[in-house]
Amino acid sequence: MGEVVVLEIVRDHIHRLADHGKRIDGRGFDEVRPISIEKGLIGTAEGSARVKLGKTDVLVGVKVDIGEPFSDRPKDGVLLTGAELKPMASPEFEPGPPRPNAIELARVVDRGIRESKMFALEKLCIDPGKKVWMVFVDVQVIDFDGNLFDASSMAALAALTTTTVNASKFDQGEDFPLPIDHYPASCTIVKIGDVLMVDPSLQEEQVANARLTVSMDEASNIRAMQKGFKGAFTYDELMECMKKVQVITKDIRKKVLG
Amino acid sequence: MEKDSKDDGIEGRELREIVVPGDVLAADDALKSGVGTYKEKEKIYAAQLGVKSVRAGYVNVVPLSGKYMPRSGDSVIGTIIDIGATNWLVDINAPYPAPLHVNEVPWKVEFGDTSHYLRVGDAILVKVLNVDETKRIQVTMKEHGLRRLTGGQIVEVASSKVPRVIGRNGSMISLLKDYTGCRIFVGQNGRIWVDGEIEGIVSVILAIQKIEEEAQVMGLTDSIKEFLEGMSEKKS
Amino acid sequence: MRRNLNYGFLLGGMNMDEKKLINEKNIRLDGRKLGELRPIKIEAGVLNRADGSAYIEWGGNKVLAAVYGPIEAKPRHIQNPTKAIIDCRYNMAAFSVGERKRPGPGRRSIEISKVMSEALEYVVFTEKFPRAKIDVYIEVLQASAGTRCAGLTAASVALADAGIPMIDLLPACAVGKVEGQVVLDLDKEEDNFGEADIPLSVVPRTNEIVLLQMDGQLTIKEFEKCMEMGMNACKDIYELQKAALKERYAVFTEE
Repeated sequence: MGEVVVLEIVRDHIHRLADHGKRIDGRGFDEVRPISIEKGLIGTAEGSARVKLGKTDVLVGVKVDIGEPFSDRPKDGVLLTGAELKPMASPEFEPGPPRPNAIELARVVDRGIRESKMFALEKLCIDPGKKVWMVFVDVQVIDFDGNLFDASSMAALAALTTTTVNASKFDQGEDFPLPIDHYPASCTIVKIGDVLMVDPSLQEEQVANARLTVSMDEASNIRAMQKGFKGAFTYDELMECMKKVQVITKDIRKKVLG
Repeated sequence: MEKDSKDDGIEGRELREIVVPGDVLAADDALKSGVGTYKEKEKIYAAQLGVKSVRAGYVNVVPLSGKYMPRSGDSVIGTIIDIGATNWLVDINAPYPAPLHVNEVPWKVEFGDTSHYLRVGDAILVKVLNVDETKRIQVTMKEHGLRRLTGGQIVEVASSKVPRVIGRNGSMISLLKDYTGCRIFVGQNGRIWVDGEIEGIVSVILAIQKIEEEAQVMGLTDSIKEFLEGMSEKKS
Repeated sequence: MRRNLNYGFLLGGMNMDEKKLINEKNIRLDGRKLGELRPIKIEAGVLNRADGSAYIEWGGNKVLAAVYGPIEAKPRHIQNPTKAIIDCRYNMAAFSVGERKRPGPGRRSIEISKVMSEALEYVVFTEKFPRAKIDVYIEVLQASAGTRCAGLTAASVALADAGIPMIDLLPACAVGKVEGQVVLDLDKEEDNFGEADIPLSVVPRTNEIVLLQMDGQLTIKEFEKCMEMGMNACKDIYELQKAALKERYAVFTEE
């Protein structure tokens, strides 16, 4: 548990496959694993979605409540994103409070939503400085086979677009759908040797030199990024990544919203 | 639970009754309580999810799932997960890791010199020497053919599926080797090493995945043969 | 596998005054009879990474159970040299209840986890795995009264799916008292406004009771009635557990 030992043989095999233009599960370098989406499956949540990305399985639930705004933004609603890497999902995950990986996941998903201005927080004000709508996005990983960033971002997008603010429960007028303005989608790319591969599986993540996650809005503006792992990208590789992300996020967005 | 269950209790049988823990397997003295069963008040019950199998007066449950439990004599593929001054710690896909002592390798290793021979992340072919009552496991690398593995690829299947990957008298493995020209070693612990041309390795691994998915289906050998033929046609 | 089960016959014609949760015809708010379970659906082997798993929908409850192990227990000082430890962790997702639940285990979750671990330990042949640990994770995704019983019911299916040797599966359900009447499988309203609630779990083959809690107020006579109703219901839940496992593995045997 904890630190994972990766077999040298497996590492070499993945590199050799890459040299031959292949991936360990037979996919093309720019091919995303099959995506399946189930929306609104959690009745106790105001919005929810479960996304399966290959064998990775993520559930996002959205809860809406009334609370006090942050003092520096008295007219804005509050968005809070949390993620838990539950030991149910993988033997590598340990019980206990969120560790750096879980916190990074939550913050990357949060930035995709927040920076794309997915929904205008100022529209979620009830009484400036006193009462605003608070939107809690909770990511629960059910099964882990790599690329949690994209699976979680998809689930968050799907859950938020189906969220109904339960205003009547709080005597705040009629229920209304969360006012969505933009539709962010993310794409994660890893570098293995000199090859760039989208949507890495767990085995690919384990041997990758570097990882890049890019979140784009529907106009292909870049809204958030996160580079990970201990290796580096060249300038040219980054530009190549952007081209890939532009194509793939369009595809993902269509699948999630469709 | 005294009888060996390594022989394939599934292959070629018509009647395959799936039993779950607590199911009654026998209610009289005609049968003895075998592997995966327990006896209470003259009745024999299933202790495990599996297929009921009657052999030589014993009623057994051949498991359909569960972790690999090592037995002395098993040949397995291990991974070095830690190194000490006089031993290596080997993960053999069992609940318990197994120490490999410097006396059990084919080299003369000076005290503290262990990491020059085997490193964390290396794969090795070892034999289980002994498993004691508290499940402490000893493995050796000293017999002929036991060695560090290099090249190729290693995949894992559930240990309950190992007999199917091997096939009756090794028929499935022979099939895979014949069609792909690969070298293949199947560890009792469900780890499989495949080496050869990259195309061949890819075909074998896909075939193994298919065997694992369809392990309980009849006519598996024919279906895998067809699959391998399809793969080689695609290539040419 | 969805079934409604009926134990109304056990109670005979109890005649009560006009009440809120149970009407004059002894029909409950959700249309059930006094001795009737909510619909239950169990599925085995639903997760990829876990060694064993199960999913249960029980009324408005949606619960996943995952099993990892046996695996050598760490740190070493928690090992038992003669048997495996069962470590069950029950958790409710933040969005599983009306008002968002703060992540992390509270006192309630810790207590439930403890009694569940003890119940499961009774049915597992723990002596087969000295020094080891078997982890059972129960995640409540949607809660609507009776989550610990749904969770325990799923947990033993997940253990069997993981190939863990056991004497039997372990069904569980709640019984209680609502408006003076003994009822089976309390829903949320009944749980909130009823007079007593007893979650219980029974080894079906031997009728041994391995989980039992109670809060509220009951006469001994009522308790007797509760136990009779609950133990019988466990037998029916047991059939659903067995069917889920056999269905999961049956697909492999069909030609």
